Amino acid sequence: MPETKRKKSWSLVTRSSPLPGFRVSIGFTLAYLTAIVLIPLAAILLHGSRLGWSVFLHTVTAPRVLASYRVTLGSAAVAALLSAAFGLLLAWVLARYSFPGKRIVDALVDLPFALPTAVAGISLTALYAESGWIGRYLEPHGIHVAFTPLGIVMAMSFVGFPFVVRSVQPVLEDLDPAMEEAAASLGANVWQRFTRVIAPVAFPALLTGTALAFARAAGEYGSVIFIAGNMPMRTEITALLIVTKLEEFDYTGAAAIASAMLALSFIIMLAVNLIQWRVQRREGKRV
Amino acid sequence: MSNRGANSSSALLQPSMQQRVGRVVLIAAALVFLAVFLLLPVAAVFTQAFSQGWAMYRDSLRQQDVLSALRLTGLVAVIAVPLNVQFGISASWAITRFEFHGKSLLITLIDVPLAVSPVVAGLMYVEVFGLHGWLGPWLSEHNLHIIFAVPGIVLATIFVTFPFVARELIPFMQAQGSDEEIAAVVLGANGWSVFWRVTLPNIKWALLYGTILAASRSIGEFGAVSVVSGHIRGLTTTLPLEVEMLYNEYNFTAAFAAASLLTLAAIVTLVLKKSIESATGVHQHGQEKESES
Repeated sequence: MPETKRKKSWSLVTRSSPLPGFRVSIGFTLAYLTAIVLIPLAAILLHGSRLGWSVFLHTVTAPRVLASYRVTLGSAAVAALLSAAFGLLLAWVLARYSFPGKRIVDALVDLPFALPTAVAGISLTALYAESGWIGRYLEPHGIHVAFTPLGIVMAMSFVGFPFVVRSVQPVLEDLDPAMEEAAASLGANVWQRFTRVIAPVAFPALLTGTALAFARAAGEYGSVIFIAGNMPMRTEITALLIVTKLEEFDYTGAAAIASAMLALSFIIMLAVNLIQWRVQRREGKRV
Repeated sequence: MSNRGANSSSALLQPSMQQRVGRVVLIAAALVFLAVFLLLPVAAVFTQAFSQGWAMYRDSLRQQDVLSALRLTGLVAVIAVPLNVQFGISASWAITRFEFHGKSLLITLIDVPLAVSPVVAGLMYVEVFGLHGWLGPWLSEHNLHIIFAVPGIVLATIFVTFPFVARELIPFMQAQGSDEEIAAVVLGANGWSVFWRVTLPNIKWALLYGTILAASRSIGEFGAVSVVSGHIRGLTTTLPLEVEMLYNEYNFTAAFAAASLLTLAAIVTLVLKKSIESATGVHQHGQEKESES
Protein backbone atom coordinates (compact mmCIF):
# COMPACT_ATOMS: atom_id res chain seq x y z
CA MET A 1 0.00 0.00 0.00
CA PRO A 2 2.60 2.62 0.89
CA GLU A 3 4.28 1.79 -2.45
CA THR A 4 1.32 2.88 -4.50
CA LYS A 5 0.91 5.95 -2.36
CA ARG A 6 4.45 7.03 -3.02
CA LYS A 7 4.06 6.53 -6.74
CA LYS A 8 1.14 8.89 -6.89
CA SER A 9 2.30 12.38 -7.74
CA TRP A 10 1.88 15.00 -5.03
CA SER A 11 -1.53 16.56 -5.05
CA LEU A 12 -3.09 19.44 -3.22
CA VAL A 13 -6.03 17.31 -2.14
CA THR A 14 -5.37 15.11 0.87
CA ARG A 15 -8.57 13.11 0.67
CA SER A 16 -10.56 12.51 -2.46
CA SER A 17 -14.20 13.50 -2.60
CA PRO A 18 -16.95 12.47 -4.99
CA LEU A 19 -17.98 16.10 -5.36
CA PRO A 20 -16.92 18.08 -8.43
CA GLY A 21 -15.55 21.59 -8.72
CA PHE A 22 -12.46 21.52 -6.53
CA ARG A 23 -10.10 22.85 -9.18
CA VAL A 24 -12.42 25.61 -10.32
CA SER A 25 -13.30 26.79 -6.84
CA ILE A 26 -9.82 26.62 -5.34
CA GLY A 27 -8.38 28.18 -8.49
CA PHE A 28 -10.72 31.15 -8.40
CA THR A 29 -10.34 31.49 -4.63
CA LEU A 30 -6.55 31.59 -4.75
CA ALA A 31 -6.40 33.89 -7.79
CA TYR A 32 -8.84 36.35 -6.23
CA LEU A 33 -7.10 36.22 -2.85
CA THR A 34 -3.75 36.84 -4.50
CA ALA A 35 -4.96 39.75 -6.61
CA ILE A 36 -7.01 41.51 -3.95
CA VAL A 37 -5.07 40.79 -0.76
CA LEU A 38 -1.65 39.21 -1.21
CA ILE A 39 -0.11 41.32 -3.98
CA PRO A 40 -1.16 44.67 -2.50
CA LEU A 41 0.02 43.49 0.92
CA ALA A 42 3.36 42.49 -0.56
CA ALA A 43 3.63 45.84 -2.33
CA ILE A 44 3.42 47.81 0.88
CA LEU A 45 5.73 45.51 2.86
CA LEU A 46 8.32 45.45 0.08
CA HIS A 47 8.24 49.22 -0.21
CA GLY A 48 8.73 49.43 3.53
CA SER A 49 11.64 46.99 3.44
CA ARG A 50 13.34 48.58 0.40
CA LEU A 51 14.20 51.52 2.61
CA GLY A 52 16.90 49.67 4.45
CA TRP A 53 16.76 48.99 8.12
CA SER A 54 18.24 52.24 9.44
CA VAL A 55 16.10 54.54 7.30
CA PHE A 56 13.05 52.46 8.13
CA LEU A 57 13.79 52.67 11.83
CA HIS A 58 14.45 56.37 11.57
CA THR A 59 11.13 56.92 9.80
CA VAL A 60 8.98 54.88 12.14
CA THR A 61 10.56 56.32 15.28
CA ALA A 62 10.48 60.01 14.38
CA PRO A 63 9.12 62.04 17.33
CA ARG A 64 5.83 62.90 15.62
CA VAL A 65 5.33 59.26 14.64
CA LEU A 66 6.15 58.03 18.15
CA ALA A 67 3.68 60.52 19.57
CA SER A 68 1.03 59.18 17.22
CA TYR A 69 1.67 55.61 18.45
CA ARG A 70 1.27 56.82 22.02
CA VAL A 71 -2.01 58.54 21.22
CA THR A 72 -3.32 55.63 19.14
CA LEU A 73 -2.25 52.71 21.30
CA GLY A 74 -2.97 54.50 24.59
CA SER A 75 -6.48 55.49 23.50
CA ALA A 76 -7.08 52.06 21.96
CA ALA A 77 -6.02 50.36 25.20
CA VAL A 78 -8.37 52.48 27.31
CA ALA A 79 -11.14 51.99 24.72
CA ALA A 80 -10.58 48.23 24.74
CA LEU A 81 -10.90 48.12 28.52
CA LEU A 82 -14.08 50.21 28.42
CA SER A 83 -15.38 47.96 25.64
CA ALA A 84 -14.59 44.91 27.75
CA ALA A 85 -16.50 46.28 30.73
CA PHE A 86 -19.59 47.46 28.86
CA GLY A 87 -19.45 44.60 26.39
CA LEU A 88 -19.46 42.09 29.23
CA LEU A 89 -22.39 43.87 30.86
CA LEU A 90 -24.42 43.75 27.64
CA ALA A 91 -23.46 40.18 26.84
CA TRP A 92 -24.52 39.14 30.32
CA VAL A 93 -27.83 40.96 30.23
CA LEU A 94 -28.63 39.62 26.75
CA ALA A 95 -27.62 36.04 27.55
CA ARG A 96 -29.17 35.77 30.99
CA TYR A 97 -32.22 37.94 31.34
CA SER A 98 -35.42 38.42 29.43
CA PHE A 99 -36.98 41.85 29.37
CA PRO A 100 -39.25 43.85 27.07
CA GLY A 101 -37.45 45.17 24.02
CA LYS A 102 -34.64 42.68 24.32
CA ARG A 103 -34.66 41.86 20.60
CA ILE A 104 -34.28 45.53 19.75
CA VAL A 105 -31.39 45.86 22.18
CA ASP A 106 -29.78 42.78 20.66
CA ALA A 107 -30.09 44.23 17.16
CA LEU A 108 -28.85 47.65 18.28
CA VAL A 109 -25.56 46.23 19.53
CA ASP A 110 -24.53 45.83 15.90
CA LEU A 111 -25.22 49.48 15.09
CA PRO A 112 -21.52 50.47 15.25
CA PHE A 113 -20.80 47.74 12.67
CA ALA A 114 -23.50 49.06 10.36
CA LEU A 115 -23.19 52.81 10.85
CA PRO A 116 -20.60 54.32 8.49
CA THR A 117 -17.62 55.51 10.49
CA ALA A 118 -17.75 59.03 9.07
CA VAL A 119 -21.34 59.36 10.28
CA ALA A 120 -20.37 58.11 13.73
CA GLY A 121 -17.49 60.60 13.73
CA ILE A 122 -19.48 63.72 12.95
CA SER A 123 -22.35 62.65 15.17
CA LEU A 124 -20.17 61.97 18.21
CA THR A 125 -18.42 65.29 17.61
CA ALA A 126 -21.77 67.08 17.55
CA LEU A 127 -22.78 65.38 20.82
CA TYR A 128 -19.59 66.09 22.74
CA ALA A 129 -18.79 69.57 21.39
CA GLU A 130 -19.19 72.49 23.74
CA SER A 131 -22.77 73.14 22.66
CA GLY A 132 -23.68 69.46 22.12
CA TRP A 133 -26.30 67.48 24.01
CA ILE A 134 -23.68 65.80 26.20
CA GLY A 135 -20.83 68.29 25.91
CA ARG A 136 -22.83 71.14 27.39
CA TYR A 137 -23.14 69.24 30.68
CA LEU A 138 -19.50 68.17 30.75
CA GLU A 139 -17.76 71.37 29.70
CA PRO A 140 -18.81 73.40 32.80
CA HIS A 141 -17.14 70.72 34.93
CA GLY A 142 -13.93 71.09 32.96
CA ILE A 143 -14.38 67.79 31.17
CA HIS A 144 -13.41 68.30 27.55
CA VAL A 145 -14.20 65.40 25.25
CA ALA A 146 -14.26 66.77 21.72
CA PHE A 147 -10.81 67.52 20.31
CA THR A 148 -9.00 65.78 23.18
CA PRO A 149 -7.66 62.22 23.69
CA LEU A 150 -10.87 61.51 25.63
CA GLY A 151 -12.83 62.07 22.43
CA ILE A 152 -10.60 59.58 20.64
CA VAL A 153 -11.33 57.05 23.38
CA MET A 154 -15.08 57.65 22.99
CA ALA A 155 -15.00 57.07 19.24
CA MET A 156 -12.81 53.98 19.60
CA SER A 157 -15.06 52.51 22.29
CA PHE A 158 -18.07 53.10 20.04
CA VAL A 159 -16.60 50.98 17.24
CA GLY A 160 -15.00 48.44 19.57
CA PHE A 161 -17.56 47.27 22.13
CA PRO A 162 -19.75 45.15 19.78
CA PHE A 163 -16.76 42.84 19.27
CA VAL A 164 -16.80 42.02 22.99
CA VAL A 165 -20.56 41.46 23.11
CA ARG A 166 -20.55 39.21 20.06
CA SER A 167 -17.60 37.18 21.39
CA VAL A 168 -18.88 36.68 24.94
CA GLN A 169 -22.66 36.40 24.43
CA PRO A 170 -22.67 33.00 22.64
CA VAL A 171 -20.37 31.49 25.26
CA LEU A 172 -22.64 32.62 28.09
CA GLU A 173 -25.69 31.34 26.21
CA ASP A 174 -24.02 27.97 25.69
CA LEU A 175 -23.10 27.52 29.32
CA ASP A 176 -24.92 24.50 30.65
CA PRO A 177 -27.14 25.58 33.58
CA ALA A 178 -26.52 22.15 35.10
CA MET A 179 -22.98 23.24 35.92
CA GLU A 180 -24.25 26.21 37.87
CA GLU A 181 -26.93 24.09 39.52
CA ALA A 182 -24.28 21.61 40.58
CA ALA A 183 -22.20 24.43 42.03
CA ALA A 184 -25.23 25.84 43.81
CA SER A 185 -26.17 22.45 45.23
CA LEU A 186 -22.66 22.20 46.61
CA GLY A 187 -23.25 25.48 48.42
CA ALA A 188 -21.60 28.00 46.12
CA ASN A 189 -23.00 31.50 46.42
CA VAL A 190 -23.63 33.85 43.48
CA TRP A 191 -20.15 35.30 43.54
CA GLN A 192 -18.50 31.89 43.73
CA ARG A 193 -20.63 30.59 40.90
CA PHE A 194 -19.60 33.55 38.81
CA THR A 195 -15.87 33.38 39.50
CA ARG A 196 -15.50 29.59 39.59
CA VAL A 197 -18.01 28.39 37.00
CA ILE A 198 -18.79 31.19 34.57
CA ALA A 199 -15.57 33.22 34.48
CA PRO A 200 -13.22 30.38 33.46
CA VAL A 201 -15.40 29.57 30.45
CA ALA A 202 -16.14 33.15 29.49
CA PHE A 203 -12.65 34.54 30.00
CA PRO A 204 -11.06 33.37 26.72
CA ALA A 205 -14.02 34.81 24.81
CA LEU A 206 -13.70 38.07 26.72
CA LEU A 207 -9.99 38.15 25.89
CA THR A 208 -10.69 37.49 22.20
CA GLY A 209 -13.37 40.16 22.05
CA THR A 210 -11.16 42.69 23.81
CA ALA A 211 -8.25 41.95 21.46
CA LEU A 212 -10.54 42.41 18.44
CA ALA A 213 -11.84 45.67 19.90
CA PHE A 214 -8.27 46.85 20.46
CA ALA A 215 -7.26 45.92 16.91
CA ARG A 216 -10.24 47.73 15.45
CA ALA A 217 -9.60 50.78 17.64
CA ALA A 218 -5.92 50.94 16.77
CA GLY A 219 -6.68 50.95 13.05
CA GLU A 220 -9.78 53.12 13.23
CA TYR A 221 -9.83 56.24 11.09
CA GLY A 222 -13.24 57.56 10.06
CA SER A 223 -14.92 57.92 13.42
CA VAL A 224 -11.81 59.28 15.15
CA ILE A 225 -10.55 62.04 12.87
CA PHE A 226 -13.59 64.27 13.33
CA ILE A 227 -13.59 64.23 17.13
CA ALA A 228 -9.82 64.09 17.63
CA GLY A 229 -8.88 67.65 16.65
CA ASN A 230 -5.79 66.14 14.99
CA MET A 231 -3.13 68.20 16.71
CA PRO A 232 0.32 66.81 15.88
CA MET A 233 1.99 65.30 18.97
CA ARG A 234 -1.23 65.52 21.02
CA THR A 235 -4.28 64.12 19.27
CA GLU A 236 -2.96 62.84 15.96
CA ILE A 237 -3.55 59.14 15.41
CA THR A 238 -1.21 56.97 13.35
CA ALA A 239 -3.75 56.27 10.61
CA LEU A 240 -4.18 60.01 10.06
CA LEU A 241 -0.40 60.47 9.98
CA ILE A 242 -0.25 57.97 7.11
CA VAL A 243 -2.84 60.00 5.21
CA THR A 244 -0.92 63.19 5.95
CA LYS A 245 2.31 61.66 4.63
CA LEU A 246 0.46 60.60 1.48
CA GLU A 247 -0.89 64.08 0.95
CA GLU A 248 2.67 65.38 1.24
CA PHE A 249 3.65 62.81 -1.43
CA ASP A 250 5.92 61.10 1.12
CA TYR A 251 5.02 57.61 -0.15
CA THR A 252 8.03 56.03 1.51
CA GLY A 253 7.20 57.43 4.92
CA ALA A 254 3.59 56.34 4.55
CA ALA A 255 4.61 52.81 3.55
CA ALA A 256 7.05 52.53 6.45
CA ILE A 257 4.52 53.59 9.07
CA ALA A 258 1.88 51.38 7.45
CA SER A 259 4.27 48.41 7.66
CA ALA A 260 4.66 49.06 11.38
CA MET A 261 0.86 49.15 11.76
CA LEU A 262 0.52 45.95 9.75
CA ALA A 263 2.99 44.23 12.05
CA LEU A 264 0.82 45.19 15.02
CA SER A 265 -2.33 43.93 13.24
CA PHE A 266 -0.72 40.57 12.54
CA ILE A 267 0.51 40.18 16.11
CA ILE A 268 -3.03 40.74 17.40
CA MET A 269 -4.46 38.36 14.79
CA LEU A 270 -1.94 35.72 15.85
CA ALA A 271 -2.80 36.24 19.52
CA VAL A 272 -6.52 35.83 18.83
CA ASN A 273 -5.88 32.66 16.84
CA LEU A 274 -3.72 31.29 19.66
CA ILE A 275 -6.44 31.93 22.23
CA GLN A 276 -9.03 30.20 20.06
CA TRP A 277 -6.71 27.30 19.32
CA ARG A 278 -6.05 26.77 23.02
CA VAL A 279 -9.75 26.87 23.86
CA GLN A 280 -10.50 24.34 21.13
CA ARG A 281 -7.74 22.05 22.36
CA ARG A 282 -8.99 22.27 25.93
CA GLU A 283 -12.55 21.53 24.88
CA GLY A 284 -11.31 18.66 22.75
CA LYS A 285 -9.60 17.18 25.78
CA ARG A 286 -12.69 17.52 27.91
CA VAL A 287 -14.76 15.64 25.34
CA MET B 1 -31.90 29.81 24.81
CA SER B 2 -31.52 33.26 26.24
CA ASN B 3 -33.27 33.03 29.53
CA ARG B 4 -32.32 29.58 30.68
CA GLY B 5 -30.63 31.01 33.77
CA ALA B 6 -33.44 33.32 34.70
CA ASN B 7 -36.34 30.95 34.18
CA SER B 8 -34.65 27.77 35.26
CA SER B 9 -37.02 25.45 37.00
CA SER B 10 -34.36 24.38 39.44
CA ALA B 11 -35.22 25.48 42.94
CA LEU B 12 -31.54 25.91 43.63
CA LEU B 13 -31.29 28.75 41.16
CA GLN B 14 -34.52 30.49 42.14
CA PRO B 15 -33.43 34.10 42.35
CA SER B 16 -33.36 35.61 45.79
CA MET B 17 -34.57 39.14 46.47
CA GLN B 18 -30.99 40.36 46.22
CA GLN B 19 -30.51 38.73 42.85
CA ARG B 20 -33.73 40.18 41.52
CA VAL B 21 -32.55 43.66 42.48
CA GLY B 22 -29.20 42.89 40.88
CA ARG B 23 -30.90 41.86 37.67
CA VAL B 24 -32.94 45.06 37.48
CA VAL B 25 -29.84 47.16 38.14
CA LEU B 26 -27.84 45.38 35.43
CA ILE B 27 -30.62 45.62 32.84
CA ALA B 28 -31.10 49.30 33.64
CA ALA B 29 -27.37 49.95 33.35
CA ALA B 30 -27.24 48.21 29.98
CA LEU B 31 -30.22 50.18 28.68
CA VAL B 32 -28.82 53.51 29.86
CA PHE B 33 -25.48 52.69 28.26
CA LEU B 34 -27.16 51.85 24.95
CA ALA B 35 -29.33 54.94 25.01
CA VAL B 36 -26.43 57.30 25.64
CA PHE B 37 -23.87 55.51 23.56
CA LEU B 38 -25.91 54.36 20.55
CA LEU B 39 -29.28 56.06 20.37
CA LEU B 40 -28.11 59.61 21.08
CA PRO B 41 -25.68 59.62 18.12
CA VAL B 42 -28.45 58.41 15.81
CA ALA B 43 -30.87 60.99 17.18
CA ALA B 44 -28.20 63.68 16.77
CA VAL B 45 -27.81 62.88 13.07
CA PHE B 46 -31.49 63.42 12.34
CA THR B 47 -31.84 66.43 14.61
CA GLN B 48 -28.93 68.17 12.93
CA ALA B 49 -30.15 67.17 9.48
CA PHE B 50 -33.57 68.73 10.09
CA SER B 51 -32.32 71.68 12.15
CA GLN B 52 -33.03 74.12 9.28
CA GLY B 53 -36.37 72.59 8.44
CA TRP B 54 -37.65 70.04 5.99
CA ALA B 55 -37.24 72.21 2.89
CA MET B 56 -33.58 72.80 3.62
CA TYR B 57 -33.11 69.08 4.20
CA ARG B 58 -34.69 68.25 0.86
CA ASP B 59 -32.64 70.88 -0.94
CA SER B 60 -29.42 69.62 0.63
CA LEU B 61 -30.09 66.17 -0.73
CA ARG B 62 -30.97 67.51 -4.17
CA GLN B 63 -27.54 69.05 -4.63
CA GLN B 64 -25.87 67.74 -7.77
CA ASP B 65 -22.79 66.62 -5.82
CA VAL B 66 -24.81 64.68 -3.30
CA LEU B 67 -26.76 62.96 -6.06
CA SER B 68 -23.65 61.96 -7.95
CA ALA B 69 -22.06 60.75 -4.70
CA LEU B 70 -25.15 58.65 -4.12
CA ARG B 71 -24.90 57.21 -7.64
CA LEU B 72 -21.22 56.39 -7.22
CA THR B 73 -21.86 54.70 -3.87
CA GLY B 74 -24.50 52.54 -5.52
CA LEU B 75 -22.30 51.75 -8.50
CA VAL B 76 -19.38 50.70 -6.31
CA ALA B 77 -21.60 48.40 -4.23
CA VAL B 78 -23.13 46.86 -7.34
CA ILE B 79 -19.67 45.94 -8.65
CA ALA B 80 -17.91 45.01 -5.42
CA VAL B 81 -20.58 42.96 -3.68
CA PRO B 82 -21.34 40.40 -6.45
CA LEU B 83 -17.62 39.76 -6.91
CA ASN B 84 -17.25 39.05 -3.21
CA VAL B 85 -20.34 36.86 -3.30
CA GLN B 86 -18.75 34.81 -6.04
CA PHE B 87 -15.53 34.61 -4.07
CA GLY B 88 -17.39 33.66 -0.90
CA ILE B 89 -19.22 30.82 -2.60
CA SER B 90 -16.18 29.40 -4.31
CA ALA B 91 -13.96 29.73 -1.22
CA SER B 92 -16.50 28.04 1.03
CA TRP B 93 -17.15 25.30 -1.53
CA ALA B 94 -13.44 24.51 -1.70
CA ILE B 95 -12.92 24.80 2.06
CA THR B 96 -15.94 22.91 3.34
CA ARG B 97 -16.26 20.21 0.66
CA PHE B 98 -12.63 19.14 0.21
CA GLU B 99 -9.61 18.30 2.32
CA PHE B 100 -6.42 19.89 1.09
CA HIS B 101 -3.01 21.13 2.21
CA GLY B 102 -2.85 24.62 3.68
CA LYS B 103 -6.57 24.89 4.36
CA SER B 104 -6.23 26.56 7.75
CA LEU B 105 -3.72 29.03 6.29
CA LEU B 106 -6.27 29.89 3.60
CA ILE B 107 -8.97 30.47 6.22
CA THR B 108 -6.62 32.76 8.14
CA LEU B 109 -5.69 34.70 5.00
CA ILE B 110 -9.35 35.33 4.20
CA ASP B 111 -9.60 37.18 7.54
CA VAL B 112 -6.64 39.45 6.82
CA PRO B 113 -8.74 42.39 5.53
CA LEU B 114 -10.56 42.49 8.87
CA ALA B 115 -7.30 43.04 10.70
CA VAL B 116 -5.87 45.71 8.43
CA SER B 117 -6.57 49.38 9.12
CA PRO B 118 -8.73 50.84 6.33
CA VAL B 119 -6.16 53.54 5.68
CA VAL B 120 -3.43 50.94 5.22
CA ALA B 121 -5.78 49.03 2.89
CA GLY B 122 -6.16 52.09 0.70
CA LEU B 123 -2.44 52.72 0.75
CA MET B 124 -1.78 49.17 -0.45
CA TYR B 125 -3.56 49.93 -3.72
CA VAL B 126 -1.72 53.22 -4.07
CA GLU B 127 1.50 51.19 -3.78
CA VAL B 128 0.41 48.93 -6.64
CA PHE B 129 -1.48 51.25 -8.99
CA GLY B 130 -0.39 54.75 -7.92
CA LEU B 131 1.93 56.89 -10.02
CA HIS B 132 4.89 55.75 -7.93
CA GLY B 133 3.58 52.23 -7.55
CA TRP B 134 4.48 48.98 -9.27
CA LEU B 135 2.13 49.36 -12.22
CA GLY B 136 1.91 53.15 -12.11
CA PRO B 137 4.30 53.97 -14.99
CA TRP B 138 2.76 51.33 -17.26
CA LEU B 139 -0.77 52.48 -16.43
CA SER B 140 -0.03 56.14 -17.11
CA GLU B 141 1.65 55.20 -20.40
CA HIS B 142 -1.61 53.60 -21.47
CA ASN B 143 -3.65 56.41 -20.01
CA LEU B 144 -5.40 54.14 -17.51
CA HIS B 145 -6.47 55.63 -14.22
CA ILE B 146 -7.08 53.49 -11.17
CA ILE B 147 -5.97 55.59 -8.22
CA PHE B 148 -7.96 58.83 -7.80
CA ALA B 149 -10.55 57.25 -10.07
CA VAL B 150 -13.51 54.91 -9.77
CA PRO B 151 -11.60 51.59 -10.25
CA GLY B 152 -9.45 52.35 -7.18
CA ILE B 153 -12.56 53.02 -5.12
CA VAL B 154 -14.04 49.73 -6.29
CA LEU B 155 -10.84 47.84 -5.44
CA ALA B 156 -10.58 49.37 -1.97
CA THR B 157 -14.22 48.50 -1.34
CA ILE B 158 -13.70 44.93 -2.52
CA PHE B 159 -10.81 44.64 -0.08
CA VAL B 160 -12.67 45.82 3.00
CA THR B 161 -15.74 43.68 2.23
CA PHE B 162 -13.68 40.70 1.08
CA PRO B 163 -14.26 38.29 4.02
CA PHE B 164 -17.93 38.92 4.81
CA VAL B 165 -19.68 36.38 2.58
CA ALA B 166 -17.00 33.71 3.00
CA ARG B 167 -17.02 34.05 6.80
CA GLU B 168 -20.77 33.59 6.88
CA LEU B 169 -20.82 30.61 4.50
CA ILE B 170 -17.84 28.59 5.75
CA PRO B 171 -19.19 27.71 9.24
CA PHE B 172 -22.71 27.31 7.82
CA MET B 173 -21.72 24.89 5.05
CA GLN B 174 -19.38 23.07 7.42
CA ALA B 175 -22.24 22.45 9.82
CA GLN B 176 -24.54 21.37 7.02
CA GLY B 177 -22.19 18.73 5.65
CA SER B 178 -22.11 17.40 2.11
CA ASP B 179 -24.37 14.33 2.36
CA GLU B 180 -27.13 15.78 0.19
CA GLU B 181 -24.69 16.93 -2.46
CA ILE B 182 -22.93 13.56 -2.56
CA ALA B 183 -26.32 11.87 -2.90
CA ALA B 184 -27.15 14.12 -5.84
CA VAL B 185 -23.84 13.30 -7.53
CA VAL B 186 -24.33 9.59 -6.96
CA LEU B 187 -27.76 9.87 -8.56
CA GLY B 188 -26.12 11.37 -11.61
CA ALA B 189 -26.47 15.13 -11.22
CA ASN B 190 -23.69 17.20 -12.72
CA GLY B 191 -21.80 19.92 -10.85
CA TRP B 192 -23.99 22.85 -11.83
CA SER B 193 -27.24 21.16 -11.06
CA VAL B 194 -25.89 20.07 -7.67
CA PHE B 195 -25.04 23.68 -6.97
CA TRP B 196 -28.30 25.21 -8.23
CA ARG B 197 -30.67 22.50 -6.95
CA VAL B 198 -29.04 21.37 -3.71
CA THR B 199 -26.38 23.74 -2.40
CA LEU B 200 -27.89 27.12 -3.23
CA PRO B 201 -31.35 26.40 -1.76
CA ASN B 202 -29.64 25.19 1.41
CA ILE B 203 -27.32 28.15 1.85
CA LYS B 204 -29.51 30.94 0.48
CA TRP B 205 -30.23 32.64 3.80
CA ALA B 206 -26.65 32.51 5.02
CA LEU B 207 -25.60 33.81 1.62
CA LEU B 208 -28.10 36.66 1.81
CA TYR B 209 -26.95 37.46 5.34
CA GLY B 210 -23.31 37.72 4.28
CA THR B 211 -24.30 39.74 1.22
CA ILE B 212 -26.19 42.24 3.38
CA LEU B 213 -23.17 42.68 5.66
CA ALA B 214 -20.91 43.19 2.64
CA ALA B 215 -23.30 45.65 1.01
CA SER B 216 -23.68 47.63 4.22
CA ARG B 217 -19.94 47.92 4.69
CA SER B 218 -19.41 48.79 1.06
CA ILE B 219 -21.92 51.65 1.25
CA GLY B 220 -20.37 53.05 4.41
CA GLU B 221 -16.65 52.51 3.87
CA PHE B 222 -14.68 55.66 4.50
CA GLY B 223 -10.98 55.21 5.35
CA ALA B 224 -9.85 52.96 2.53
CA VAL B 225 -11.90 54.79 -0.07
CA SER B 226 -10.71 58.15 1.20
CA VAL B 227 -7.07 57.26 0.50
CA VAL B 228 -7.64 56.19 -3.12
CA SER B 229 -10.40 58.60 -4.08
CA GLY B 230 -8.62 61.91 -4.53
CA HIS B 231 -11.84 63.65 -3.42
CA ILE B 232 -12.84 64.95 -6.85
CA ARG B 233 -16.33 66.36 -6.38
CA GLY B 234 -18.95 64.80 -8.58
CA LEU B 235 -16.50 62.21 -9.89
CA THR B 236 -14.76 60.24 -7.16
CA THR B 237 -16.64 61.10 -3.98
CA THR B 238 -18.83 58.42 -2.48
CA LEU B 239 -21.56 59.43 -0.05
CA PRO B 240 -19.41 59.03 3.11
CA LEU B 241 -16.68 61.17 1.49
CA GLU B 242 -19.27 63.77 0.53
CA VAL B 243 -20.34 63.85 4.19
CA GLU B 244 -16.75 64.57 5.19
CA MET B 245 -16.27 67.29 2.57
CA LEU B 246 -19.51 69.07 3.46
CA TYR B 247 -18.62 68.85 7.15
CA ASN B 248 -15.15 70.26 6.60
CA GLU B 249 -16.72 73.16 4.68
CA TYR B 250 -18.82 73.88 7.79
CA ASN B 251 -21.92 73.02 5.80
CA PHE B 252 -23.20 71.05 8.78
CA THR B 253 -26.85 70.80 7.79
CA ALA B 254 -26.00 69.35 4.39
CA ALA B 255 -23.39 67.02 5.92
CA PHE B 256 -25.90 65.64 8.40
CA ALA B 257 -28.59 65.42 5.72
CA ALA B 258 -26.30 63.19 3.66
CA ALA B 259 -25.33 61.34 6.83
CA SER B 260 -29.01 60.71 7.58
CA LEU B 261 -29.29 58.67 4.36
CA LEU B 262 -26.36 56.52 5.47
CA THR B 263 -27.89 56.17 8.93
CA LEU B 264 -31.15 54.99 7.37
CA ALA B 265 -29.19 52.44 5.36
CA ALA B 266 -27.58 51.23 8.60
CA ILE B 267 -30.97 50.90 10.30
CA VAL B 268 -32.35 48.97 7.33
CA THR B 269 -29.30 46.68 7.54
CA LEU B 270 -29.96 45.97 11.22
CA VAL B 271 -33.64 45.24 10.60
CA LEU B 272 -32.91 42.89 7.68
CA LYS B 273 -30.18 41.16 9.66
CA LYS B 274 -32.38 40.59 12.67
CA SER B 275 -35.29 39.42 10.50
CA ILE B 276 -33.13 36.82 8.77
CA GLU B 277 -31.76 35.70 12.11
CA SER B 278 -35.14 35.15 13.69
CA ALA B 279 -36.95 33.86 10.60
CA THR B 280 -34.36 31.35 9.44
CA GLY B 281 -32.02 30.61 12.31
CA VAL B 282 -29.03 31.78 10.29
CA HIS B 283 -26.43 33.13 12.68
CA GLN B 284 -28.86 32.58 15.52
CA HIS B 285 -26.75 31.12 18.23
CA GLY B 286 -28.06 27.96 19.84
CA GLN B 287 -31.01 27.85 17.44
CA GLU B 288 -30.37 24.26 16.38
CA LYS B 289 -30.36 23.04 19.95
CA GLU B 290 -33.51 24.95 20.72
CA SER B 291 -35.47 23.35 17.92
CA GLU B 292 -34.28 19.91 18.91
CA SER B 293 -35.51 20.08 22.46
